Amino acid sequence: MNGFKQRYKMIFILLMMVSINAVAAGGSKLMHMEVDLSNETSLQRGAKTFVNYCLSCHSAAYMRYNRMGEDIGISDDVLKTNFMFGTDKVGDTMKIAMSASDAKIFFGVTPPDLSVIARSRGSDWLYSYFKTFYVDESRPFGVNNLTFKDVSMPHVLWKLQGIQRLTQSDHIDGAHHIPSYENLELITPGSQTEEEYDQTVRDLVNFLVYVGEPIKLKREKIGVWVMLYLFIFAIITYLLKKEYWRDVH
Amino acid sequence: MADIEKQIVKGLTGLRDWVDDRFPLMQNWNEHLAKYYAPKNFNFWYFFGALAILVLVIQILTGIWLTMNYKPSAEGAFASVEYIMRDVSWGWFIRYMHSTGASAFFVVIFLHMFRALLYGSYKKPRELLWLSGMAIYLVIMGEAFFGYLLPWGQMSYWGAKVIISLFGALPIIGPDLAEWIRGDFVISDVTLNRFFSLHVIAFPLLILGLVGVHILALHEVGSNNPDGVDIKKHKDADGIPLDGIPFHPYYTVKDIFGAVVFLIFFFAVVFFSPEMGGYFLEHANFTPADPFTTPAHIAPVWYFTPFYAILRAVPDKLGGVIAMGLAVNIFLLLPWLDRSPVKSIRYRGMNYKIALTAFVISFVTLGWLGMQGVTPLYTWMARFFSVVYFSFFFLMPFYTAFDNDKAVPDRVTDK
Repeated sequence: MNGFKQRYKMIFILLMMVSINAVAAGGSKLMHMEVDLSNETSLQRGAKTFVNYCLSCHSAAYMRYNRMGEDIGISDDVLKTNFMFGTDKVGDTMKIAMSASDAKIFFGVTPPDLSVIARSRGSDWLYSYFKTFYVDESRPFGVNNLTFKDVSMPHVLWKLQGIQRLTQSDHIDGAHHIPSYENLELITPGSQTEEEYDQTVRDLVNFLVYVGEPIKLKREKIGVWVMLYLFIFAIITYLLKKEYWRDVH
Repeated sequence: MADIEKQIVKGLTGLRDWVDDRFPLMQNWNEHLAKYYAPKNFNFWYFFGALAILVLVIQILTGIWLTMNYKPSAEGAFASVEYIMRDVSWGWFIRYMHSTGASAFFVVIFLHMFRALLYGSYKKPRELLWLSGMAIYLVIMGEAFFGYLLPWGQMSYWGAKVIISLFGALPIIGPDLAEWIRGDFVISDVTLNRFFSLHVIAFPLLILGLVGVHILALHEVGSNNPDGVDIKKHKDADGIPLDGIPFHPYYTVKDIFGAVVFLIFFFAVVFFSPEMGGYFLEHANFTPADPFTTPAHIAPVWYFTPFYAILRAVPDKLGGVIAMGLAVNIFLLLPWLDRSPVKSIRYRGMNYKIALTAFVISFVTLGWLGMQGVTPLYTWMARFFSVVYFSFFFLMPFYTAFDNDKAVPDRVTDK
């Protein structure tokens, strides 16, 4: 009987699960960026940032180096010298040397594979995430994030962006205050200006969107021809129908 | 030139006759196509039966090709889907056709069923036709449920967990039943494997068999039409209904046109918006299944959300499961709940028109509510519309019996 009750309880909890928006931590809407996959140089810059900063803790295990090179215009030689640090076979996928179990010890959680991260998180979330790290001494890596509260990842791009702090504390006049993106302030400049860092993040997110679905570069172009064919075929089949139905009164 | 043509025609006719002596080829061709007389006044709503067959064919063909590269194991499923998306030639195309096809199936089936509500297609003598259609509908729901686990994403896993736990809510047999479905104490590799088997073999066979039954039942009693009049009452000297036209070629050419228009919408989704804003492919399903991390928001795919909203609207859990089961299955009773002598909405009174409008509004609103998180307001809205939903059925014997129906014409009215 008790097991019964527990089961009911579990079902109830599952069913009544309230939509806790993962982005609610900031209390404000996500920052928006326009994804532009037609900008090849942006994708190339994004790829560079990705392999230099992300691809040592995170893998992109479903993405092949040479597929990437082919799609965004990087030759095999350039791939080998500038993009591939863990392997020399251009047909390999973007795996990393760190084992999942080691990673868990280092960070508390295993850094997720990033192959389809843009499809699960969305581009706006990623864009906001990369821009909202701030100093928080209570965290293991000394930083927290307004988009992803208590994230286990260090701010790997801090040398580029610099260091931000939160201008308002959690409590104002005794009332709980949910900080928003406007409460962030750059206290130590990085090697890039604000505009340059913004572009770096845009390039990186563009690239992650591409990695999430490489065919996206071509899918819509093929679709235009499919639509054109179907429209013409629709006219032909309509005329055929009309011809047959002439004798129905 | 003409001689060669004659020779070819003679050869083909000879071949046909050779087959016909050994197999009822022409008999079936005539019975189901060339001499199956359908009412000549079919309108827009009569496209969806043929379109359902088209989607079924799309699902079976794309399914066969997906199966060539999909790995039904907890270890390999998610990766194999991405392998299909990236490394298999045109794999993305096949996969998107299949995922879009799943949603398209429900769009088409819902509209096909709505047609029956509009024109009373479930009424005598089409009760068995309606019941066989309902059987297809229920099996397709199962088919969609099994298929949704296969990509082994977070929503696959947790969605299946919620649905299987519903069976666990049944008294006495519940817990054992849930375990029997899973084949394990939790959803695991074992569950994935059996769902794969059911999804690619058992349920498709059931669907094909039931579709055959559905078509045989249709051709036995004949098609209804937007006027809801029986075209067999008026026949010419040869016994052909005056308002009937042979299905082939008239409706084959018409349905081909309808199919192409449908494909324009279908491929627009496949090529330009395969995720359909997260409704056809949910964002959370791009995270691999993780039994230890519950997603913040679990919602079924859009075609289950009206029933999900009803489930959540009932405060008692077992009551919710029963209400949901009833909401899905109550359509089975329609032929006996409807007391109106009139089939088509064109000649029904205001009662039925108001009831059907209220039902459609509640169905759509419940569908929307099923996607939202729970708030007190939404819960009360779901309760209100659940009552409206069930009232459409339970009050039907009363409001249809006392409706101010109009006189039904003797012959079909449209051209």
